[in-house]
Amino acid sequence: MQLVTGNRLRDGVPVYFIEGGRWSPALDDASLVDDSKADSLLAEALGGPKPLPVVAPILIEATRQNGHIEGLSLRERIRAQGPTTGPMTHQRLVIPGAS
Amino acid sequence: MYRYDDFDHRFIDERVAQYRDQVRRRLAGQLSEDEFRPLRLMNGLYLQLHAYMLRVAIPYGVLSSNQLRKLAQIGRRFDRGYGHFTTRQNIQFHWIKLEETPDILAELASVEMHAIQTSGNSFRNTTTDPFAGAAADEIEDPRTYAEIIRQWSTLHPEFSFLPRKFKIAISAATEDRAAVKMHDLGLYLRRNEAGEIGFEVMVGGGLGRTPLLSHTINPFVPRRHLFSYLEAVLRVYNQYGRRDNLYKSRIKILVQSLGPKKFAEEVEAEWNASDREAVALPDTYVREIAAAFAPPNYDRSPTDEGAITRDAAGNSGFARWLKHNIATHKVPDHAIVTISLKPIGETPGDCTSDQMDLIAALADELGHGEIRVTYEQNLVLPHVRRDRLFTLWQKLDAAGLGSSNIGLISDIICCPGMDYCSLATARSIPVAQDLSRHLAAREEAIGNFSIKISGCINACGHHHLGNIGILGVDKNGEEVYQITLGGDAGNDAAIGAILGPAVKSGEVTASIDKLIDVYLDRREGSERFPETYRRIGAKPFKDALYAPR
Amino acid sequence: MLLVEDGTLGEDRWRHLEDDEAVPEDPAITVSLARWLKTRDTLRTHNGKLGLRLPNNAAPEEIAPDLDRLDLIVLNFPKFTDGRAYSQARLLRDRFGYKGELRATGDVLRDQLLFMRRCGFNSFVVGERAVAEEWGKAFGEVDVFYQKAADGTPWVMRQRLGKPN
Repeated sequence: MQLVTGNRLRDGVPVYFIEGGRWSPALDDASLVDDSKADSLLAEALGGPKPLPVVAPILIEATRQNGHIEGLSLRERIRAQGPTTGPMTHQRLVIPGAS
Repeated sequence: MYRYDDFDHRFIDERVAQYRDQVRRRLAGQLSEDEFRPLRLMNGLYLQLHAYMLRVAIPYGVLSSNQLRKLAQIGRRFDRGYGHFTTRQNIQFHWIKLEETPDILAELASVEMHAIQTSGNSFRNTTTDPFAGAAADEIEDPRTYAEIIRQWSTLHPEFSFLPRKFKIAISAATEDRAAVKMHDLGLYLRRNEAGEIGFEVMVGGGLGRTPLLSHTINPFVPRRHLFSYLEAVLRVYNQYGRRDNLYKSRIKILVQSLGPKKFAEEVEAEWNASDREAVALPDTYVREIAAAFAPPNYDRSPTDEGAITRDAAGNSGFARWLKHNIATHKVPDHAIVTISLKPIGETPGDCTSDQMDLIAALADELGHGEIRVTYEQNLVLPHVRRDRLFTLWQKLDAAGLGSSNIGLISDIICCPGMDYCSLATARSIPVAQDLSRHLAAREEAIGNFSIKISGCINACGHHHLGNIGILGVDKNGEEVYQITLGGDAGNDAAIGAILGPAVKSGEVTASIDKLIDVYLDRREGSERFPETYRRIGAKPFKDALYAPR
Repeated sequence: MLLVEDGTLGEDRWRHLEDDEAVPEDPAITVSLARWLKTRDTLRTHNGKLGLRLPNNAAPEEIAPDLDRLDLIVLNFPKFTDGRAYSQARLLRDRFGYKGELRATGDVLRDQLLFMRRCGFNSFVVGERAVAEEWGKAFGEVDVFYQKAADGTPWVMRQRLGKPN
């Protein structure tokens, strides 16, 4: 399964494409389509009114688990959820597998 | 320090207005992303994973307390209350909105700062010795020349679209504290037999995919001809540097393919054909710029060293800090203080806005209002009276800035990695945090040691120059870490060698532990790690790390 | 469409000949470097104005002896990020004393115009968007310069020393 994502032009926030022409900062809002329909989803995203409100939209691989969409790559999970480690004293997550 | 005159103010204001219009045109759709990207990069603005990232130039790592307070304010108002000091002596903010960047640049301009050329294929921030003007071992203050080069390299009309980025570093001291030899162009200030000032020019250093140290192409370029010589180097590079392959476009590849001797001849021919006098640097002008870096008004009354000894005896934390974070100042009764931005288990180089404000206040109170940024991602108060050190340490320590680990194994250089950076192939911050937590207990026993971590081959974390270098790469969707040994920065600069197959992310700390064990077991006397490594070779380390258990 | 140094727009009045195209009687023509090197002596006797298109990997030295006969030199930016022609322009102006028209063509964008002018270009082949976006204004956005360049504008070090040029 794939979806279309990019970063919003005005503030750089990661956003996800919803069929019909809207973009959402919430990954769960994304239109997740079969690989066979991915190219047409991207074409629809790129074909929106200019200037596109999003920089460099691309397709990424994702799955739906327990009702939530999740990117397959670690990079996409970090993009969606934020850094795995925070600034000074604001740490959130620990490294998987580390002591 | 250098203060803007009318020309500089006018320039920076024009530049902010120009950029504001560029952003307007981008948001209005008149500029495509492809057209806008180089323009925003010329102003230090990247698009990263979560937001835009703004890299603010800190010219040669020198900040006034007012400038640091402004950075704190920008962190609060436009970011999330912190900033990240980089290996280029700059600071970057990771949660920036494009539409607010013109206002941020206007705020920066109000304290004589900017973000010009902190990215892009042109000159980057010229770096130098963070102890400049305070170090006991310098010939002259290198900031004078760094400032002269900063101005000359700002929006250079001929060299703003080079094959690739171009980094210059300059050192004027016996000890190279600026990692000069890993730069595209390095300058060592020299005095010749006649007592004249000039520069040894080294070209072709750089890290990234092909790590190389630079070669001297001219042992002494007279100061007067600095501009014409630099232009000759850049003109050769601009015309002949490769543009067909991103990874082969740095000047180091040109120097390597021509050979340093042939490259030097090309530069010499270009230089000889140029009109040197048209851009000659007159002594009067150098003196004018140097006046901006006149020493502060030191209080020269004697220090009660006995009191310092007593305070240290009564406080082991302070004693440790004195041992590791204090360097010799050229003026008696003064010290150079390095403030560690490497608290155990935290993000190397991060500093909250509150901490920046505190450091600015302490600089005003105890350090003539001056702060420096080091390429190791720490801060420096270059002029502190020795009898104020205890007060300073207490205040720093109360704010989480009292770490005593400068030059020790937890003083890790680390890029932002995949937690922030869109180029990264793996995370680096969590690796640094885990190593720092784990190794802190025995860092005194280990002594001087450098670990440097990069989250991709571009090597912002200087991993090639770490005694132990760690490079995070992606292997089939998994983060793995390649280990290099024997690297070193400074006078004995060396590129580390890859030890063997990469290790998994959960095994980095345990692996480094084993390597440290070998070092502690095999080192002789006060031997530093690179010396031990060169003496005993890679095999004992390989055996320890890869031998079947 | 052509933009000139003073910010005004005009049309290109030159004919840019292919290498196999016959040389017309007298209008202003440009030829490629290859053609120039092959038939330089004949071309020099051409009645009209003469121009040369110099690829950005050619050394300006090659045409230095011919500069007295050339009225136009066209330099190329295949991509705006490819900055070789800036150095060619400076060499032509500063080292070889070329005084004629120096034209930028290829991927010429508004935000590079000022750099180009400073390196000695005085005409620019631009697209239609140059009208709407008032590209002529780009020349005046910054007027403080930290380097000596080919356009003779004052630069800061010399201004501070009281000798602007």
